[in-house]
Amino acid sequence: MSRIAVRKTYKLHIGGAFPRSESGRTYEAEGQNVARASRKDARDAVKAARGAFPKWAGATPYNRGQVLYRLAEMMETRAADLGRSCSGRREVERAIDRVVWYAGWADKLPQVLGGSNPVAGPYFNFTVPEPTGVVAILAPELPALDGLVSRIAPVIVSGNTAVVVTSGTRPLAALELAEAIATSDLPGGVVNLLTGYRDELAPVLASHMDVNAIDLTGAGDETAELEVLAADNVKRVVRAGGEQSPWEISAFLELKTVWHPVGT
Amino acid sequence: MAAKTPAARAVPSPLEWEYAPAPEARDVVSLEERYGLFIGGEQVAPRSRKWFATTSPSTEEHLADVALAGARDVDLAVQAARGAFEDGWSTLRPAERAKYLFRIARLIQERSRELAVAESLDGGKPIKESRDVDLPLAAAHFFYYAGWADKLEYAFPNRRPRPLGVAGQIIPWNFPLLMLAWKIAPALACGNTVVLKPAETTPLTALIFTDICCQAELPPGVVNIVTGDGSTGAHLVKHPDLDKVAFTGSTEVGKAIQRELAGTGVKLTLELGGKAANIVFDDCALDQAVEGIVNGIYFNQGHVCCAGSRLLVQESIAEQLVTKLKRRLRTIRVGDPLDKNTDLGAINSRMQLDRIHELVAAGKEEGAEMYQPPCRLPEKGYWFAPTVFTNVAQSSRIAQEEIFGPVLSVLTFRTPAEAVEKANNTPYGLSAGVWTEKGSRILWVAERLRAGVVWANTFNRFDPTSPFGGYKESGFGREGGLHGLEPYVRFDR
Repeated sequence: MSRIAVRKTYKLHIGGAFPRSESGRTYEAEGQNVARASRKDARDAVKAARGAFPKWAGATPYNRGQVLYRLAEMMETRAADLGRSCSGRREVERAIDRVVWYAGWADKLPQVLGGSNPVAGPYFNFTVPEPTGVVAILAPELPALDGLVSRIAPVIVSGNTAVVVTSGTRPLAALELAEAIATSDLPGGVVNLLTGYRDELAPVLASHMDVNAIDLTGAGDETAELEVLAADNVKRVVRAGGEQSPWEISAFLELKTVWHPVGT
Repeated sequence: MAAKTPAARAVPSPLEWEYAPAPEARDVVSLEERYGLFIGGEQVAPRSRKWFATTSPSTEEHLADVALAGARDVDLAVQAARGAFEDGWSTLRPAERAKYLFRIARLIQERSRELAVAESLDGGKPIKESRDVDLPLAAAHFFYYAGWADKLEYAFPNRRPRPLGVAGQIIPWNFPLLMLAWKIAPALACGNTVVLKPAETTPLTALIFTDICCQAELPPGVVNIVTGDGSTGAHLVKHPDLDKVAFTGSTEVGKAIQRELAGTGVKLTLELGGKAANIVFDDCALDQAVEGIVNGIYFNQGHVCCAGSRLLVQESIAEQLVTKLKRRLRTIRVGDPLDKNTDLGAINSRMQLDRIHELVAAGKEEGAEMYQPPCRLPEKGYWFAPTVFTNVAQSSRIAQEEIFGPVLSVLTFRTPAEAVEKANNTPYGLSAGVWTEKGSRILWVAERLRAGVVWANTFNRFDPTSPFGGYKESGFGREGGLHGLEPYVRFDR
């Protein structure tokens, strides 16, 4: 008698845990019942992301780089599963290489994006980039895995934490990625993944007063309404992410300038 | 207190010191009766046919009539800017563009006395501040960005920076000419043209600046100045042919602008309000800290978005510090902005004075204790004595809302962690101060403060090379330094 397979239940990823939607709802995507996150789930995810922020932002850049690199390692060991969840092996390789590329940026940002400023007076003055805080990401529909990774990696490498609305039609890649994230040493709450209906979740995140920035890449051309909501607390808005580059990171950074007198 | 002896009487307390008036001469400024709009390189009458008066807040004296630009006027200004952008400015050799900016910097230096007096007349700030802070910094800002004009590819390696086009810029009334410099210098250096709206209550130095543009032979239309009120600003922000909007002002208006521009793709930078914490630890150099606190909140009548309006003092030295601070307040000289001995000038407008009164009343109502040194305020004009509130609750309006006046709220803390938590407990994040002689503590605290500028053992310092701008609801984008270029360029890759 052949063995009956143990199937996976596809759930959300919030605060390092895998809860069902508090609403109990699911929807069907890619032949699976996937959790349909509610507004309350989105708010819970923001809370988890805010809770995770001080520790993740406070980790040494070297440490963040290593944790991201370990995420790439975990993706590599799950390459087969990940490949089945997206367009295949090549997309997985692209996504893994991207994580490795961003991992290397963690301890280089202040040198490339910051510096010391030659003020006209007896002061030492320097500028350093810092993470902006909690970032909401509307991931693009496709490519299901690499599209997601290309938005998450530049956000978290600097110390931000993320609440991601995954591809609605192709959510399984995100849920496979969640398995890699959960075993990667990324502290719980750094990446929170919500599957469900974008129209339902996006306005909650865009208007949330404890979200500092929003990446609207997955919102297509219909961003105006979300941008209006984002103004409620002066969110940083990225309308459409670009190619892999350090500028994708800097879009979610603040610059802090510190002065101190020089004297005897 | 010892009984008063003749010897003690011979050394009067600072309160009793008499200063002879030391007024700066007004005749270095010759104002026109009426100022039109500056569009396409010349002064033109407004199509709106509306004018408004600009007055001196220290005397309520009428200074000049100024055009109130309507929608049609704003449109003409944007057209002029677009024309100048396409007709030469954007393709001018960057090294030549730089020279115009160098010229402007030099002209500001040459005419700095006139501009300083005009600034104090129109805005009420003490002449020593307009003369020693606003004017030198405004000139330096143009000089600094002039040098960037032909070096942009080094600021953005591998990115091919290009000008955006036409920038609409709206500036506040607290540092009128300096804010103009912060806006216009980087915009022009990057090859953009601008339409700038000065604040309603302080248009004069911007109008004198138009003469500087002419003297510099800046091509017509590169800089356009549209004076007016909030409606003029709204017309400008809504104009469909802008590529960039830069706004400095209140968080409320900033949010409205962000909403207005939603979905348009117009590049936006906002420099908004603040409620800066100035954190004083028990191991600080106390007298220096007192000077820093005074400079932090009473500089420019507290009309400073990054003012250190929340004093967080370690409990163990709170009493001593407040005593010293109150004593120091008694030496602050309030009065004629044109007097070279004046420390605290006039409140910028009746409206602002009302706002300060409202919040101070709320502070008293909520149980905080108010102290004001005895001082005689002039009868005419808008004035507010330097004010300190102690026993202020975190939740009090005077601890949460931006007062934008010479009013300090004092709160206490016990541990560094508590200080940081209280400092960050605000929707704003523009600036902060920290006072301690312990280096490691400065860096520990500075790292944790969610604010764009941190002054350690100093306060309210500015420099063209130093990026300025906020976290959270204090806005986004930076002005000053290399980082101040990014808001004015797009990238080919």
